[in-house]
Amino acid sequence: MKRLTVPALLALLLAVLLWACMSGALNAYWQSVILFMGVNIILSSSLNIINGNMGEFSCGHAGFMAVGAYVSSLLSVALFTKSAVFGEPLLSPDLAVWLFPLVLLAGALAASVVGLLVAIPSFKTRGDYLAIITIAAAYIVKSTIENIGVIGGARGFMGMGGVMNAMTATANLPWIMIWVFVGTVFSVWLIRRFIYSTFGKGVDAISQDEIAAEIMSVDTDRVKLVAFMVSCGLAGLAGGLFAHILGYVNPGTFTILKSTEIMVMVYLGGMGSLSGSVLAAILMTLLIEYLRDAFGYINTFLHYISVIPDSYEVTQVWKWVLIPLLLVLLMQFRPEGIMGRRELADVFPGLRKFYKFKG
Amino acid sequence: MQNLLNALQWGSFYSLIALGYCLVYGVLLLINFAHGDIFMVGAYIAFYVCMLFLGKFGFIPGMPGWLVLALAVPLTMLLTAVVGVTLERVAYRPLRRKGVNRLYVVITALMCGLILENGNLALLGASRKSFPTLLPTKVFDVFGVTVTNIKLMVIGVAIFSFLLLHFIVTRTKIGMAMRAISYDRFAVPLMGIPADTVIVFTFVLGSGFAGLAGLFFAMTYPVIDPYMGALIGWKAFIAAVVGGIGSIAGAFAGGFLLGFVEIMVVAFFPSTFRDLIAFSILLLILSIRPTGLFGVARRTKI
Amino acid sequence: MALLEVNEMTQYFGGLCAVSEFSVALDEGQMVALIGPNGAGKTTVFNLVSGFYKPTRGEILFKGQSIKGLKPHQVTARGIARTFQNIRLWFDMTVLDNIRIAQHHALGYGLLDCFLRTPRYMQRERDIEDHAMELLSRLGLGEVAHEFPKNLPYGVQRLVEIARALSTRPALLMLDEPAAGLNSSDVEGLIKLIADIHKDFGLAIWMIEHQMDVVMSLCSWIKVIDFGATIAEGSPEEIQNNPEVIKAYLGDDTI
Repeated sequence: MKRLTVPALLALLLAVLLWACMSGALNAYWQSVILFMGVNIILSSSLNIINGNMGEFSCGHAGFMAVGAYVSSLLSVALFTKSAVFGEPLLSPDLAVWLFPLVLLAGALAASVVGLLVAIPSFKTRGDYLAIITIAAAYIVKSTIENIGVIGGARGFMGMGGVMNAMTATANLPWIMIWVFVGTVFSVWLIRRFIYSTFGKGVDAISQDEIAAEIMSVDTDRVKLVAFMVSCGLAGLAGGLFAHILGYVNPGTFTILKSTEIMVMVYLGGMGSLSGSVLAAILMTLLIEYLRDAFGYINTFLHYISVIPDSYEVTQVWKWVLIPLLLVLLMQFRPEGIMGRRELADVFPGLRKFYKFKG
Repeated sequence: MQNLLNALQWGSFYSLIALGYCLVYGVLLLINFAHGDIFMVGAYIAFYVCMLFLGKFGFIPGMPGWLVLALAVPLTMLLTAVVGVTLERVAYRPLRRKGVNRLYVVITALMCGLILENGNLALLGASRKSFPTLLPTKVFDVFGVTVTNIKLMVIGVAIFSFLLLHFIVTRTKIGMAMRAISYDRFAVPLMGIPADTVIVFTFVLGSGFAGLAGLFFAMTYPVIDPYMGALIGWKAFIAAVVGGIGSIAGAFAGGFLLGFVEIMVVAFFPSTFRDLIAFSILLLILSIRPTGLFGVARRTKI
Repeated sequence: MALLEVNEMTQYFGGLCAVSEFSVALDEGQMVALIGPNGAGKTTVFNLVSGFYKPTRGEILFKGQSIKGLKPHQVTARGIARTFQNIRLWFDMTVLDNIRIAQHHALGYGLLDCFLRTPRYMQRERDIEDHAMELLSRLGLGEVAHEFPKNLPYGVQRLVEIARALSTRPALLMLDEPAAGLNSSDVEGLIKLIADIHKDFGLAIWMIEHQMDVVMSLCSWIKVIDFGATIAEGSPEEIQNNPEVIKAYLGDDTI
């Protein structure tokens, strides 16, 4: 009974979501908010392995997301749709429904291989220097994509909408919602199993005392390698989903600002707390969506009370002042985030009734 | 030959900014990620200072260009230093006092950079501003190489700044205090050295030279925009790391080295490859020699 | 054949000779001490043997095989465990987790097992936890298994560190100043505990220690080094009366 509560709840949630999408109870806007929520959950909980559990400072997560986004988009467009770049579909579009998870997986694998760019230097360097390496890696990825003209270069790449249409043609379901939901649950499940195992706890040991870890039998290089690859791979998965939600990708999306957004979620949730990351991702997605509207109102209001000159408009740019500011304030006053190192089950022990905590 | 001169000029900018990274890192072991944006703010300050003295705002009569430059140099340095010190006081010092994990300070620095960048963008808009011409460009022709007076000035300023900083750090009392803090931050106050004053001084120096770099950069490429600091800041940081961060001579040499590499890359590849290759070099050097070319590893004791 | 055999191990840091031509041979089940004034290079010897530094010259044989140049975790996997002079536990993890992680070299499962929770994974995790709990209760730490080390008194932290070293199932246990910072009644307990561990686990124990009562009551053989060089070795009685040793500790004038 204990073991089944969570899967049953998740299945119910998926059913409700699908019903809401198909019946029109959720409009397209809210659907997209929920989709981005899922992607953000994957991003923040995967970055949490590195920035939280391992205590390193990776600010290039968006780069790995870009790898996943491009690889899976290119594959799915080449395989299932007719496009200007690749010509006729290589496989029957009917197969899209079945093979799409594999395409996402390929994107994730590619991202985790690119993760080696960061993982291998991490054997020798850590802290600030590793932070630079992650930024450099993200720049390298972005710059490489911009320099490959075939896939659109700096202009971006599109055509994933066709893939989604091919799926809808096979069976009329809100497929992207299903994939994002499955991807999110899969990621959180994977990360949970990883960090609760004795193997995964090696990551925490490295963060708390790397020298002691190495001397007390932890193969630190291997653990770091695995942690980086898992984290980057899941970022790639999130990227693949992200690209298929939007229907196009553009290297300009995957800048340090995107990485910052993810970092804010991790630190807001609490370093090393998986449930914190999930919660913070949900909160941040809502906050960002809310801000989008709010700036309009603030603008009108400030003009109304004549605080600012007529020539000046309060715009979306302020979002990127507020989000970093939020993180700065967080570091000053509550650097441990919402949850600290704790999990939901530590805060509400009653929850333990519903799932097996360990083993 | 022409390339060589251009490389020297770019190298000068990188060196000037890299020196700032290096000073702060040398003292606090903190990578001041906001430094590139301080450079950008410096360029903007220079812009407004010059516009003011040139009489563009109306309440000060226009002055000749050379006088404006002579006034703008100290004023820009001073005002940029104020920005740097403000960051230190408002964001870094409280964290240092609390003795929190160094990671938090690094995150704060990175975020402060983003705030400066986007705050500027939000307040002044994305439109580029063109920097006024202060000195008429004189072109010399030496053995078929075109040399402008501004180029010479930039290179001269970079070399002079390096010598000055090197002198301050190695020969003066406050320089000695700076080095002492980097060895043991907790023992220094006990020895009666006002650690906070020394740290503020470090930020004054570092930001001041970033401001100087901003001014000259704006004079050479007379267009400024809020994002100019980010990329050049990262690259100057690469220069500092390549040279071995914390070593002033290393930062200086690293800046010129990066200048050369970039100009050579552009000479043989499409210019869009420039950043790609610069960052790849960084990655390579850090993987092979994590402490940079001139840096010395700190030994961990167990 | 000796369990651990170190031959003319030498280590330079820059121009400084930290350890010079250090040799030692330890048999199975032996309990020996390494003593010397502060800065003599004792911890460096431990760091070299445990693989944290690679010696400039010389060789280190363990169970007849060279372990020179192996990484620390590989050395640990071969059967050498150590504790640290300044306690280096993972302070933000429970005591139990500390002990579990120190069995990393003997996990016996891979990443896929961990994702899929295969029977092998479940079995190994149970074994690891059982082993950890058994050790903890053996050292009288069963009650603090779910506490964080940062909340425990200093003396208990020392014990946890010894438990963590033991959980790697070593053949040789190196203790770096186990009695440092303990009061006299704790020291008595520690002496008894080390003697018990030595007997029950059948280990060889090699310790660095400044407190002579610990060394004299436990060790059968003592080696004294100063400025990286060996100045005396022998039984506790011999060492106590060795003029070189007295000179190294107290200086020339007192003789």
